Amino acid sequence: MTTTTPIPSRIRDTLDAIHEDGRSALLPFVTAGYPTMETCEATILAMVEAGADGFEIGIPFSDPIADGPTVQHTSQVALANGTSLTDCIALVARLREAGVTVPIMLMGYVNPVIKYGIERYVADCARAGVDGFIVPDLPIEESDRMLEPCREHGRDLIFMVAPTSTDQRLDLVGEHGSGFVYCVSVKGVTGARDSIAEGLGDYLDRIRQHTDLPLIVGFGISTPEHARQVGQHADGVIVASAMINYMNTLPETDQPAGAAAFVRYIRGEAELPSE
Amino acid sequence: MARMMESETFVNYALPDEHGNFGRFGGTFAPETLMPAIGELVTAYEEAKADAAFQAEIDRLAASYVGRPTPLYEATRFAAEVSGGNGPRVFLKREDLAHTGAHKINNALGQALLAKRMGKQRIIAETGAGQHGVATATACALLGLDCIVYMGEVDVHRQSLNVFRMRLLGAEVIPVTSGSKTLKDAINEAIRDWVTNVDETYYIFGTVAGMHPYPMMVRDFQSVIGREARQQVLDITGALPSAITACVGGGSNAMGLFHAFIPDTDVEIIGVEAGGHGLDTGQHAATLVAGEEGVLHGSWSYILEDENGQILETHSISAGLDYPGVGPELSYLKSTGRADFVSVTDEEALEGFKLLCRTEGIIPALESSHAIYHAAQMAKRMSPNETLLVNLSGRGDKDMHTVAEALGVSL
Ligand SMILES: Cc1ncc(COP(=O)(O)O)c(C=O)c1O
Repeated sequence: MTTTTPIPSRIRDTLDAIHEDGRSALLPFVTAGYPTMETCEATILAMVEAGADGFEIGIPFSDPIADGPTVQHTSQVALANGTSLTDCIALVARLREAGVTVPIMLMGYVNPVIKYGIERYVADCARAGVDGFIVPDLPIEESDRMLEPCREHGRDLIFMVAPTSTDQRLDLVGEHGSGFVYCVSVKGVTGARDSIAEGLGDYLDRIRQHTDLPLIVGFGISTPEHARQVGQHADGVIVASAMINYMNTLPETDQPAGAAAFVRYIRGEAELPSE
Repeated sequence: MARMMESETFVNYALPDEHGNFGRFGGTFAPETLMPAIGELVTAYEEAKADAAFQAEIDRLAASYVGRPTPLYEATRFAAEVSGGNGPRVFLKREDLAHTGAHKINNALGQALLAKRMGKQRIIAETGAGQHGVATATACALLGLDCIVYMGEVDVHRQSLNVFRMRLLGAEVIPVTSGSKTLKDAINEAIRDWVTNVDETYYIFGTVAGMHPYPMMVRDFQSVIGREARQQVLDITGALPSAITACVGGGSNAMGLFHAFIPDTDVEIIGVEAGGHGLDTGQHAATLVAGEEGVLHGSWSYILEDENGQILETHSISAGLDYPGVGPELSYLKSTGRADFVSVTDEEALEGFKLLCRTEGIIPALESSHAIYHAAQMAKRMSPNETLLVNLSGRGDKDMHTVAEALGVSL
């Protein structure tokens, strides 16, 4: 196991505290600007009220190769609304002003970040209150250009691992990553799924042997039962497509309340209000 | 002095490095799920490349199935027409005579043989114009592999003849309805398929763009074009050409021709991109001429993007050039000044198309017509003791509907 040099990290401290409490973390994913920036912001605030432990906020991109139809659609709508990277950073700044203290990660494909300027991006995000970054098309081999500014500004660069990742690659993620390890649950893209992948427990236990970072599982987590099963091997889950699909069934004005209800549902605290 | 430094850089040209970098261009910007598969592909390709039996199999099929070497043809009437009989000798490298009618087969066959060697039965590919899809479906039929081709819904309609050809050849064609429904979206969808079915699937990528090792591997399979042409020109004229040119979509026929000539620093290299309705209209696909550096489909290269780093939709009369990215090696050749890039509009390409039909009895692909048009412009400025080599990357049968429509003829 690689013991990471502890870098001060709000993400890690929060996840460690949740672990101490014997809980499993729930980190909802939202695409910034979907369905509109106002509703998106209200949705996040409602989920904070409902007890979400942190957020992965997606920056819309024209060519999201790691995403299935649900998240692709949110990206297209957000772009059609004119959502820019600057708007995403401003959203985080407003959430912090509104008193949101849970960890916030920005998830964005690398090209808009390159266009914005990698160092400028990390610096502006740090100022706005972003705690960490997920860049799905920036594998460890290409990550130096982003790791340095992250170190400088004390922010986490969160790496993804997949069921295909070799032990050698898991070691590298343990060595260079911080915040948590984003464990992609399946071979595939984002999207709601009926069941969690076979062998997920063994896969997570294997990752655990390579790092002491918290393990957060994403891609396909759709029900309280999935979250509970994953919670036995990992420190928490990211929920995206299943929640978006549910919200899409609601009128826009009801979506913040719907998202809050979905958080309580995944937690196993309440049934989902029937549509 | 400048020339000497240039020669030193290019005489022992051996890029990319082991990370797939051509200077600052290239690399592997891919999702983690693919990284192990990409590593396996790099290793398998290196082993195959070093295996004489693999090379012999490629050579055997190149000769007996593809029809290589393709001829080098001296276009004397074309040359006389464009330069008034006072211009350079113009040679066409006849990739249009390769099986399936374009250079795309060189790469598709090489990669299909590699897939077979790796024990992967399920082949996926993307296609824009349909030429790479047809070439891949052909190679899969030849080798008994399963073939799935992703094609943007817009292109499925524009290129219905090639859709029919692919289905005849046994391929499944899946229309892609996401994004702009064209080539870049077909590539996105093929990558998503690869991520999902990575264990049993081989992705035959159609050009020299994308993540390492594709820019290197596709170039290697296409570089037979330049190796043959270089020798053929030497045999005929006793000297190297003064200039060589090819059209550039992703860049595979261009890199295929250019690669053998990179160390010959006296040979001028010019790539011709799709100017569409004109660069100032924003409706074009001239990535190297008008783009910026960024990352698309896994490599650092020139791309066409908006002020927020979103990838732009492109336009070209030729579906095969209609792509907002380009190979990293061409970006490197541009940044070092070893190659120059220009753009040719839809209208000019049509002019080149008609000119070659009329002067030589050769119907070129609309993609290749961009290079033909620019060659005509170059020939006007060149002298009789010079030689110009043009890559005729494909034949134009597939473009009859498009050309008829552009000329206002109903078929
Ligand atoms: C005949 C022909 N030429 C050129 C191209 C452009 O591709 P590339 O730039 O990779 O050669 C295509 C693509 O479909 C083509 O069919």
